[in-house]
Amino acid sequence: MSQVVEQGSTAGEGEVHSGLRLRSVTKSFAAFTAVDDLDLDVPSGSFFALLGPSGCGKTTTLRMVAGLETPTSGTITLSGQDITYAKPYQRPVNTVFQSYALFPHLDIFENVAFGLRRRKRPDVKKQVEEMLELVELGSQAHKKPAQLSGGQQQRVALARALINKPEVLLLDEPLGALDLKLRRSMQIELKRIQTDVGLTFIHVTHDQEEAMTMADTVAVMNQGVIEQLGAPAELYENPHSTFVANFLGQSNLIEGAVTGRASDVVSVDMHGIGVSVPAERCHAGGDKGWVGIRPEKVLIGEEGEALDAPGNTIPGGVVTDVSFYGVSTQYLVRMPWGQELQVFEQNTGRRRLFRTGDRVELSWRPEYAFLLDHSQDASAGSQRVAE
Amino acid sequence: MTGRWLRERIVLFLGLVVLLYTFVPIAVVILMSFNDPASRNVYRFDGFTLDNWANPCVDPSMCSALGRSVEIGLLATLAATVLGTLAAFALVRHDFVGRSATNLLIFLPMAAPEIVMGSSLLALFVAAGFSGQLGFWTILIAHIMFCLSFVVVTVRARLAGMDDNLEQAAMDLYATPAQTFWRVTFPLVFPGILGAALLSFSLSFDDFIITNLNAGQTTTFPMYVWGVAQRGVPMQVNVIGTLMFAISIVIVVSGELNNRRRTRSLTR
Repeated sequence: MSQVVEQGSTAGEGEVHSGLRLRSVTKSFAAFTAVDDLDLDVPSGSFFALLGPSGCGKTTTLRMVAGLETPTSGTITLSGQDITYAKPYQRPVNTVFQSYALFPHLDIFENVAFGLRRRKRPDVKKQVEEMLELVELGSQAHKKPAQLSGGQQQRVALARALINKPEVLLLDEPLGALDLKLRRSMQIELKRIQTDVGLTFIHVTHDQEEAMTMADTVAVMNQGVIEQLGAPAELYENPHSTFVANFLGQSNLIEGAVTGRASDVVSVDMHGIGVSVPAERCHAGGDKGWVGIRPEKVLIGEEGEALDAPGNTIPGGVVTDVSFYGVSTQYLVRMPWGQELQVFEQNTGRRRLFRTGDRVELSWRPEYAFLLDHSQDASAGSQRVAE
Repeated sequence: MTGRWLRERIVLFLGLVVLLYTFVPIAVVILMSFNDPASRNVYRFDGFTLDNWANPCVDPSMCSALGRSVEIGLLATLAATVLGTLAAFALVRHDFVGRSATNLLIFLPMAAPEIVMGSSLLALFVAAGFSGQLGFWTILIAHIMFCLSFVVVTVRARLAGMDDNLEQAAMDLYATPAQTFWRVTFPLVFPGILGAALLSFSLSFDDFIITNLNAGQTTTFPMYVWGVAQRGVPMQVNVIGTLMFAISIVIVVSGELNNRRRTRSLTR
């Protein structure tokens, strides 16, 4: 017992980190800085997602870990070993490329066997057959990549990387080229395989839904830096910046002036209406800020109706748009100060559907609100590229 | 009724006419290789014989010219393919001062009229003091020069069409740079190199204008044919022509069969 504790403490002192660690990594291309002074820790065995819009530096980060790019400055260590300048073929890292990059002149078997053969591993045939079984392509071993469908090629690319049992498996938008239905089933498949093999997966994607459903830790990246890192639910419920609030799902951001700070709650004057935000969800220092609330946390009701949400009530709204989705309804409500807020209402049948022009009252529980820095752009991260 | 029948088949009919137009000269060459001419001056089918095929080298100067053409063709192909492939890699893979200028200039030998290329080469050789040594080596130099452009353009196209990620994937899968080249890059570029080599050989083998200007006293096969054409072509020239045609057909057909076999084994 004492031995275990001792081992744990020496590991802490010796700074031996079992996973992947990036320290002040910067990558500049001529005048453009793709990755800016990035610190990142990926614990071993985790499913880690790097999420961000295109051009945010996530793929460059991935390529530096793979060894396909050399950092301008900074260090990358893997299990305590410095791999910053190691050649790609010298590091225990494998990549699933966005374009799959299957060797067109080799059959599926040889594609998967490629890494083992280069390292002269024994039992190639047995291992490749097992790996092809894992990705359910056992019967396709002697076809060429061009004979397979997109989803099958994707699984070959995965098998070709996984068979080497890398310490870190990098996935560069691996599902980007698949259609929606196939993508959903591959997401589940990837998650299953990761759980089975227990390797560290770093998954780069611009699809927030994909990142949230698959990863246990998500790092939201923007303009070369990590905006916020945490478990998907934590990021979604308590975003620290307007970019995260808008990029992960949708948010209503309402301008407000801070009127008081108590130890556990911050009071904000929002266009004449006093609302409160829990102190641990307050990420703004100045006397102004953006009050944020997720559309599904906003309740909508008749004027004067007592809604099940003590605390923040905002009267005087007018419904300007109604989109009926069956399971839910999305409203746009114009507030007295001219801003339109989004509201998602589950169609439970408890409340009637509102129509355009109806006068309504909005309300939310204070514990769902968050407060963001007023100097940030309220629309940052919301212009997502439709893909 | 007949009008409609014709309309429906007009494309097929025209296609056949075009094919006929292309193949009639070749058919004449093949036919004439079996000709037993009554007179050297009248080009006419006078009777069937296998003599031409049995003794192709009745005129030894024809066979020595042919041998020289094949020799020059093979050497020029080898040199142009190696140099051109290296140049194509440099142009696609490396950024250096003068790359775009080189990319442009490499087209010049293809675009310039042969008579211009030939005469300027001759002027160069004469100016360099080689006027007495015109012959095998000057022909070879000239052929390498004009084949080079075709090799660079062919291999470059193949290389440019290759996914960069493939080499990165190979490196990512523990292949050293040398292994990456021989296991991935070369096999993928090889069809382009092979095509470039075949093209080089046929360009070199049948070149007349540039060769004629820089040959001195040396005679290649096209020059021999040109020379004897004035006093009546010996039927053995048709034998060589037929052979060349047959060899090309064999190469094309075997390539096609190989392709089909591969496709069939894949779809199986």
